[in-house]
Amino acid sequence: MIKNITIGQFIPGDTPIHNIDPRIKILLAMSMITILFFITNFWGYLVYALFVVLIIFLSKVPFKIIARGLRPLLAIIIITIVINMFMTQGERLFSIWRLTITREGLMMAGLMGLRLIFLITGASLLTLTTSPIALTDGIEKLLNPFKKIGIPAHELAMMMTIALRFIPTLLEETDKIMKAQMARGADFETGNLIARAKAMVPLLVPLFISAFRRADELALAMEARCYRGGENRTRMKQLKLTMLDFYSAAAIIVFCAIIIFVR
Amino acid sequence: MPIKIENLTHVYMKGTTFEHTAIDDVSFELQDGEFVGLIGHTGSGKSTFIQHLNGLLKPSSGKIFIDDVEVGAKGVSMKQVRQKVGLVFQYPEHQLFEETVYKDVAFGPKNLGLSETEVNQRVKDAIELVGLKYESIKDISPFELSGGQKRRVAIAGVLAMQPKVLILDEPTAGLDPKGRDEILAQIKQLHKSKGITVILVSHSMEDIANLVDKVIVMSKGKVIFMDTPRNVFKEVDTLERIGLGAPQITYLTRALRSKGFNISECISVEEAKKELLHLLRGKKHD
Repeated sequence: MIKNITIGQFIPGDTPIHNIDPRIKILLAMSMITILFFITNFWGYLVYALFVVLIIFLSKVPFKIIARGLRPLLAIIIITIVINMFMTQGERLFSIWRLTITREGLMMAGLMGLRLIFLITGASLLTLTTSPIALTDGIEKLLNPFKKIGIPAHELAMMMTIALRFIPTLLEETDKIMKAQMARGADFETGNLIARAKAMVPLLVPLFISAFRRADELALAMEARCYRGGENRTRMKQLKLTMLDFYSAAAIIVFCAIIIFVR
Repeated sequence: MPIKIENLTHVYMKGTTFEHTAIDDVSFELQDGEFVGLIGHTGSGKSTFIQHLNGLLKPSSGKIFIDDVEVGAKGVSMKQVRQKVGLVFQYPEHQLFEETVYKDVAFGPKNLGLSETEVNQRVKDAIELVGLKYESIKDISPFELSGGQKRRVAIAGVLAMQPKVLILDEPTAGLDPKGRDEILAQIKQLHKSKGITVILVSHSMEDIANLVDKVIVMSKGKVIFMDTPRNVFKEVDTLERIGLGAPQITYLTRALRSKGFNISECISVEEAKKELLHLLRGKKHD
């Protein structure tokens, strides 16, 4: 029933993009997203698009999956484009009713639309090619220097790992409870908004109870294995920088230089 | 109300690399008032199968008829099917959600759109059917009850729909021996007094041998046996090959036979007791 949620979906693979150290990959993805905001003309976007296509090609992630990731945000993209189109002052091209479309508005709308699309593509390329565990490991390591100012890096990373781990479990649980209530004649599909919201109560109450029960059990199991936070904890998989990481970092630096040059 | 299943097949995730045939061309019929056991190894398709009987899952191909009405056909009300075929899932207490036991048991009948007095009567009957005291329990929060009581309230929630067919998916999983015996005894009593068809999914060969008239054995999505418990448990070797077995007492009587004792194969302790006493007394007279 609810199997088509793609948040944080990871497509396993053994490509150079998959194998970049997660710390480096997070930093590179962040710099790629930041550089996006420096682009002011279509040439910049052309270079950017070529580079993104190259990465997608290297990572062997199907285009279909990236397009599917854009779909939920389609409404936001369209609203952004429309608002920019009508609300920018400048040289008048033509008008519909009381709304005027300007040359600048059209340009702005195109740029903003592209910016949003690349923003989402960049972020999803990171999560599509990095396993959740590697991603949280990377975040933990990157946050480590901030421990001094009181940011609980390990705890944050552990919370993320646990949250990601429980998404499929909770989906399964939801499906089961839904079926159990449907067997008692519950109806989740018809009726107006209020009726449907009310119909969710028999689903949500058991779901919350089971989520709390699971959390409790997990906490106990962790404690039974002497978990006591991140201090002096070693890892089975040590993160190590390889030549691949240096090459990819160099590639991104060159890319950023080109973008700043052509913008 | 006969149940008729024709060439039922269910394929999960059809058309993807994860494609998996959970039920493979199953056909059979059940008569009214039968007490049927359904056994099979984990992943043999039992749970998928029972969810077809009240239309929670739709067949990939094949048909199911309850009372000559096809489940899932156009114009057939799903609510009516689900009223006729009550399904108690594994760990049914996980579905409890209301503030009081009364309200929770009333959830099903209310969904059927019954009158206040009818709902009232059904809730009272259902709670008493599972062996709880209506007056003392109806206003308690279901979350304050013990594990066994919670499960009974959850089963009462399905019984309040007054189904003609009751399907129970491992109703005794995770209960202590006393709770288990009580629940099984109540199911047996229910079958006797109301004459409803009961389908019991269980991993306990003892329970199956003691309770049911007919056993359906599933393996890899297919029905491989459908017979009386006595005949099914004769096929111990096949049962073991598919990850099942026979009741302990059957193994004991088999072992005695192979040692040369003149004892017939038994499927229940009661039966074995008679046989053994007979054997011992017989020997004394020799």
